[in-house]
Amino acid sequence: MRTWYFSENAYPYLPDPATFPSIRVSLPNGVYDPKIGAELYHRYLDEWQTAEDEGLDLMLNEHHQTATNLNPSAAVVLGALARMTKKSRILVLGNPIGNRRDPVRVAEEMAMVDNYSRGRLEVGFVRGVPYELSPANSNPVRTADRLWEAHDLILKAWTTHDGPFNFEGRYFHYRQVNIWPRPYQQPRPPVWVTASTPAQVSKIAEHGHVAATFLTGYEASKAIFETYRKQRAADGAPMHEDRLAYACLVYVGDTDEEGFEGARKLMWYLSANKVAPQFKNPPGYASIKSAMALLRGAPTAFDRKSSLEQCIEMGIVFAGNPDTVYRQIARHYEHVGGYGHLLMMGQAGFLEHDETVRGIHNFAREVYPRLKELGLPAAAR
Amino acid sequence: MSVGTAKEITAGGVPLTYLDIGAGPAILMLHGAGGLPVGAPFLSGLAAHGRVIAPTHPGFGHAVLPDWIDSVDDLAYIYLDLLDALDLRDVTVIGTSLGGWLAAEIAVKSTARIARIVLGDAVGIKVSDRYTRDIVDIFATDPDELLALTFHDRSKAPNVMTLPDEALEIVAHNREASALYLWEPYAHNPKLPRRLHRIDVPVLVLWGEHDGLVTPAYGKAYADLIPGARFELIAGAAHVPQIEQPEAFVASVARFMAES
Repeated sequence: MRTWYFSENAYPYLPDPATFPSIRVSLPNGVYDPKIGAELYHRYLDEWQTAEDEGLDLMLNEHHQTATNLNPSAAVVLGALARMTKKSRILVLGNPIGNRRDPVRVAEEMAMVDNYSRGRLEVGFVRGVPYELSPANSNPVRTADRLWEAHDLILKAWTTHDGPFNFEGRYFHYRQVNIWPRPYQQPRPPVWVTASTPAQVSKIAEHGHVAATFLTGYEASKAIFETYRKQRAADGAPMHEDRLAYACLVYVGDTDEEGFEGARKLMWYLSANKVAPQFKNPPGYASIKSAMALLRGAPTAFDRKSSLEQCIEMGIVFAGNPDTVYRQIARHYEHVGGYGHLLMMGQAGFLEHDETVRGIHNFAREVYPRLKELGLPAAAR
Repeated sequence: MSVGTAKEITAGGVPLTYLDIGAGPAILMLHGAGGLPVGAPFLSGLAAHGRVIAPTHPGFGHAVLPDWIDSVDDLAYIYLDLLDALDLRDVTVIGTSLGGWLAAEIAVKSTARIARIVLGDAVGIKVSDRYTRDIVDIFATDPDELLALTFHDRSKAPNVMTLPDEALEIVAHNREASALYLWEPYAHNPKLPRRLHRIDVPVLVLWGEHDGLVTPAYGKAYADLIPGARFELIAGAAHVPQIEQPEAFVASVARFMAES
């Protein structure tokens, strides 16, 4: 199993949450202190550097109008990472191409970063969380249709090398698409797409892209991964577990207690996500069934205010000493039928730099060597 | 009074469902973002003055939404086709909120089958500068606050928390369809004010005195853009006077039908 170190680059120094209705979309940026924020940007880059030094691959994402994530442009961070790192692969998961007005710009940016990194880029495409729609002013209805149309356009832009082509689609219109540069990797960088339900994963499988799922725990992850495998089988296509990825919170301590303590700090990511109802359930984003539940006030994973023990039980946090964490991951891996990538959120909230670095060290040195053998045929272990 | 007969017809290639209530001069009733309130007293009240044809717009309730439809402009053409398909003449077109915008879009295209138009708390135009929101952003407003802006008397507002599944499913579809049609440019067509002069039939602009979503001042500005349009306020109502004050709403419409 391959592991990607991931941080949302949060700005956690906020007023009492009781004083604002939503950390997403509407929290005034007057509470952001640029002096503190600039230091955080550099610190978070340093932590990615540590992860590379420890042999991990790197992942980042983008969000807008939120203190939970200071990267509204993943491409800018990718530029920095591509230049400062040397060997790790770099995954952006991802570009919210259903919300972006200009998919050709995304194709260009990703092609640039692929060149900067000399072919170390992996490109994710996401529909984005519901609270991304207001910042983008993007219609919540038919987001998946826009995502796949933009996807088709971007892949064609990356792989067309004989001059301009025409694209007059339902949502995007260009008559002279001819990007410079073209990607470094041939024919194109690997593509990842996120899914949170089995219904969303079939199309990802049809394309053979990596399907990644976030915080879906034991049962939901299993259902999503099974659907992917079934679709590959139905298409008569080869299946390897490197097509599947799981993202969750991970903290490894020398002792269980140290691991748990770090994980409790990571859980700021869950507890701080106070979102006003109008941004949580924009009409058309969720299925009718899910929208009905949300209208009745059903809690999301972020609302449950679960304890660390409950989060570990649900499979959305792996934490403890190295043996404990290895057992938790192996148990999850076996339960869901295997996956090839662990997307490890190793920093969040008030987890300080030295604590973050210690967590990365402990994971990379004490857990990762064993994890790499998960899924390999017995003879190769 | 009957809630009417549910009927189906294909217009403009789109399968439509509508309520057909009463008899007499044709009244096309175009509902707003809240969907078609089947059984609402104002519908049967209107039916005392004519034959009410009340379609459910594509995507609302259980109405089919073809994948090519995404705008009020699309709906306007479909309803012009519906008037043809039913061969209705001298129609009184009433539209509330989103339905008011739709009525205006229909009227600027053709009034060949239309005798008069009623716009109730209609959206569809922009009158203020780019930094000023004319229409409350219903997709970015706290649900409780939204109800307070929509209803003058909060006790008349539905409570989604206690709705049975079947009714809540309709609410979810209505919300989704509203987002499809209203999202961007938000609840208006920038070109519409330049086209309203084409309306060559009598127009009544009816407005809830306490409308918190689109103010009476916006309604007056709307009326000013339509040649000869009359503007009336309905007391004791906010954005949905047809729900909060059905008798006053129907009386205004009936008076207008008798006079014009």
